[in-house]
Amino acid sequence: MGMMVTVVVLMSIFDDFFSRAIIGGIGVAMVAGPLGCFVIWRRLAYFGDTLSHSALLGVALALLFEMNITISVFAVSVAVSLMLLSLQKKAMLSSDALLGLLAHSVLAVGLVVLAFMTWVRVDLMGFLFGDILSITIFDLALIYGGGAVVVALLIKIWRPLFAATVSHELAMAEGIKTDVVNLIFLVLMAGVIAVAMKIVGVLLITALLIIPAATARRFSNCPEHMAIMAVAVGAASVWLGLRGSLEFDTPAGPSIVVAALLCFVISLIPISMRHRKQ
Amino acid sequence: MVIERGEIVTLIGPNGSGKSTTAKLALGVLDADEGAVSRKLQLNASYVPQKLKLHRNLPLSVTRFLLLTKRAEKRQVADALRATQTEHLADVQMSNLSGGEFQRVLLSRAILSSPEFLVLDEPVQGVDFNGELALYKLIEDIRNRLDCGILLISHDLHVVMSATDRVICLNGHVCCSGTPDAVASSDEFKSLFGERAASSLALYKHRHDHEHLPDGSIRARDEDLAAVSSNSVDPFANGNDGDSGGSDVDFR
Repeated sequence: MGMMVTVVVLMSIFDDFFSRAIIGGIGVAMVAGPLGCFVIWRRLAYFGDTLSHSALLGVALALLFEMNITISVFAVSVAVSLMLLSLQKKAMLSSDALLGLLAHSVLAVGLVVLAFMTWVRVDLMGFLFGDILSITIFDLALIYGGGAVVVALLIKIWRPLFAATVSHELAMAEGIKTDVVNLIFLVLMAGVIAVAMKIVGVLLITALLIIPAATARRFSNCPEHMAIMAVAVGAASVWLGLRGSLEFDTPAGPSIVVAALLCFVISLIPISMRHRKQ
Repeated sequence: MVIERGEIVTLIGPNGSGKSTTAKLALGVLDADEGAVSRKLQLNASYVPQKLKLHRNLPLSVTRFLLLTKRAEKRQVADALRATQTEHLADVQMSNLSGGEFQRVLLSRAILSSPEFLVLDEPVQGVDFNGELALYKLIEDIRNRLDCGILLISHDLHVVMSATDRVICLNGHVCCSGTPDAVASSDEFKSLFGERAASSLALYKHRHDHEHLPDGSIRARDEDLAAVSSNSVDPFANGNDGDSGGSDVDFR
């Protein structure tokens, strides 16, 4: 009897679009937190931007070939990150110029390809800024299923990946297969972008990766602690942002990013001042 | 060039002569364009790089840094820190260390894993003279205790650590190699460096049979001239040459 009630309550939670949005958003925050820390430590903010902008091309290809959008976005992100990696190795341009060039070119190509497909009507705003309120139970399964795989892999490569982040040469000299862990990391990044696109859209994914991690930095003195803090800040931002968007009738994705920014600004207040206020 | 277990080889040479590159080749961080490098399979190597910049955005304590690539017990970490007199820094963030402290922590990290092969790229930079002597003593201890092969890169062209078994002088290629002179007992040396220093430092006399010309070419030097100039003339007055060295390197 009790079981029945619980199941019914759970089912009704998933029935409510707002609850689904919060559960989905928190799921994404759980994955974005630790990966966002690596984005900050490795100074990959612009790299993340380039990858997420390429997601729109993934959307266009999915519509063109009638594939699942998440899988297509994941595949395009992996392809773009591999391309970036090989370009960075031999290119004449500096990394930041190369990334800036690619980030916006890929976004533009995606937009142009979508415009050519006159037979499909797409909610472009939804892809650019997220459509968290239309999350389905299938999306939730994807976020949590995919998220679990990403987190499990990340835990498995955590130590070598962190060592390679601190010093590539040191890690390599002491027998760590830096190429392998770096490659796995790129694939994980692509995975997060594929699931996070639905929540905040291609233009704001990097914000969800970076802002919670940057906020967590002030409160942590070891890497693992920072990753867990980033998850907490991300989840709080999702909750606050969605509540705010309901309250003030603002778009959900940008509201989440604004909430994350608020958390960051609060974290900047020196601790001594915070104590004095209390 | 071969480095065996229990042997200390000191690499010297001017800036840009390929000392660090040789070290990275030995560790397998770089691949050789010419020549070949062979290492023992599953070599347990440890590395103290010349430069390591850690950004402030990395939350990393000294203890966590020591455990970066290898696992160890708390007691072993404490022992490794004590060996370089940095045990009071265990919980300090890496970004808050001074240059000399950072260098000693790097050395602690390298000895924590009990390596068979240890590469030290200018390990005494930023350390004061007394600290330098203490570190040389420590490096000698490490070699005696772990019986590991040590490749030490030194910034000083003439003064090397006395426990060195072999000195190799590089400038694009091996210019000369040999054992440091046992002058520690000479009074002149003692008065120059002090009693304590005399036991850990030694002089190295270059024996070059060629000169590096400004255009990068090499000219053979005749014997008489070499005998005179090796004592007084800086053998590296001229620039680098472009020869990246085709010799084989062997690490066991």
